[in-house]
Amino acid sequence: MASTTQLDIPPAPPARPRRPGSTGRAGDKIFLSLSRGSGILLLLIMASIAVFLSYRAATAISKDEGNFFTTFDWNPAGDPPVFGIAVLLFGTVVSSIIAMVIAVPVAVGIALFISHYAPRKLAAPLAYVVDLLAAVPSIVYGIWGALVLVPYLEGLNLWLDQFFGWTYIFEKTEVGVARSLFTVGILLAIMILPIVTSVSREVFLQVPKMNEEAALALGATRWEVIRLSVLPFGRSGIISASMLGLGRALGETMAVATVLSPSFLISLHVLNPGGGTFAQNIAAKFGEADAFGRDALIASGLVLFVLTLLVNGAARLIIARRKEYSGANA
Amino acid sequence: MAKRIDVGGLTAYYGSHKAIEDISMTVEPRSVTAFIGPSGCGKSTFLRTLNRMHEVTPGGRVEGKVLLDDENLYGSGVDPVTVRRTVGMVFQRPNPFPTMSIFDNVAAGLRLNGSYRKNQLSEIVEKSLKGANLWNEVKDRLNKPGSGLSGGQQQRLCIARAIAVEPDVLLMDEPCSALDPISTLAIEDLIGELKERFTIVIVTHNMQQAARVSDRTAFFNLSAVGKPGRLIEIDETERIFSNPSVQATEDYISGRFG
Repeated sequence: MASTTQLDIPPAPPARPRRPGSTGRAGDKIFLSLSRGSGILLLLIMASIAVFLSYRAATAISKDEGNFFTTFDWNPAGDPPVFGIAVLLFGTVVSSIIAMVIAVPVAVGIALFISHYAPRKLAAPLAYVVDLLAAVPSIVYGIWGALVLVPYLEGLNLWLDQFFGWTYIFEKTEVGVARSLFTVGILLAIMILPIVTSVSREVFLQVPKMNEEAALALGATRWEVIRLSVLPFGRSGIISASMLGLGRALGETMAVATVLSPSFLISLHVLNPGGGTFAQNIAAKFGEADAFGRDALIASGLVLFVLTLLVNGAARLIIARRKEYSGANA
Repeated sequence: MAKRIDVGGLTAYYGSHKAIEDISMTVEPRSVTAFIGPSGCGKSTFLRTLNRMHEVTPGGRVEGKVLLDDENLYGSGVDPVTVRRTVGMVFQRPNPFPTMSIFDNVAAGLRLNGSYRKNQLSEIVEKSLKGANLWNEVKDRLNKPGSGLSGGQQQRLCIARAIAVEPDVLLMDEPCSALDPISTLAIEDLIGELKERFTIVIVTHNMQQAARVSDRTAFFNLSAVGKPGRLIEIDETERIFSNPSVQATEDYISGRFG
């Protein structure tokens, strides 16, 4: 290489002039406009959906003779039209809470078992089976819930009523099959289990080896390693996983519509049949509703949308507040 | 309570691969013993057999015995968790618990071992942080996360965490290799102070460091890639670096290979 310095090097040909600010390559330009176009398109679609929904919802609400938020009735076809989301909001929130209370601990347990306890030969098939649960269509869950879960839960309902009836929540004051918010909650728990499990599992598997060894070297048992290293590292992941699950539970339609026997009543006795959710109500009434009835249903859908947005925002806040302590800046 | 380590005929495997073979040595209490040798010679693996961390790696197993004073760490019925509570370890990369405050990091080992009253805990945490020469730098922010400290401070935090439980032995696996020279110097000074109270074993790639901090030095080597690592010799550090009895040691420390 040293000899090249002694050779006569012909002067480089003058560079082709380029316009400032341009990369001068066709591929870059095309890709730039494609990706920018997709971004703008997405915003446009979102905006038009929002405008459409808000407009239709506002039309419906302005003609509502009852209070849209407190009325226990859904009769937009009546004269005067009276409808309100109180029951739907209550049913949606309660069934989702029940689902979360059941699903999140179980999912975290399964995820920990797969990532930290199970022998390797068992872990992979088990993870696969859990993921398979997510592939079952929700209408199948609904049919299974109505045909199998509802009759089988009657025994559990009696037992809960007998021993935990004093909590008020588990007091069963009405006879009837278990087409209740409690049953819906259990069904939703099964349905959101796979997503919560697989996201949590991925996070647990990402815990750096050195964090776990730090605990081990202090003389931590396996559970203590999980408590000191794995769970704190995975906390924000568990929250995100739960929120994904909650999003699905809030919006689940067919399974709820198949299992629940709808009624426009609010009762904290979750074992009593009856109640309703946003998505279930829309699915049940959209087909036979007239134009105004559809607008009313759209208004309720908009509330569900806002609810989901609030839940996600809250989750982000929780994660952000713990950021300084999170494993991300280790 | 510093204890003597007596290793007899120790062989360690990763699955079917033999990583180190037939190692025997004695480590005196209240002294610093350095392990040197080329990469892959098994010095870190050997270090990890001394607190039964080797078997944490899938497929890791050990033959032979390690006596701590007179108790065999690999005796039947010995719980590896108890072993690790008496033989502390500091790792190559500083690894404080990222979600815990400085205080909780130091207290973590104590909380595993039993319950302490709050003022008792603060006392031990302060003593350990002072022992690790970190107290003056962090005393005003004990509730801040440990991951916010500099690399050298984090490593001293890990040392404080390890000595808080008063181990019999302190193992250090290349504790300065991720640190800058000034932090390295701070840790080396600290090792000099800690050997008054603990038996210290340190793995290092830095031969000057071995010469500076240790009383005795062990040289490990392997005959070829894929062959198990062996202990070539262990002697007074001064002797190893001036007049070693094995030619391979002299070749290594004088930079003729490795």
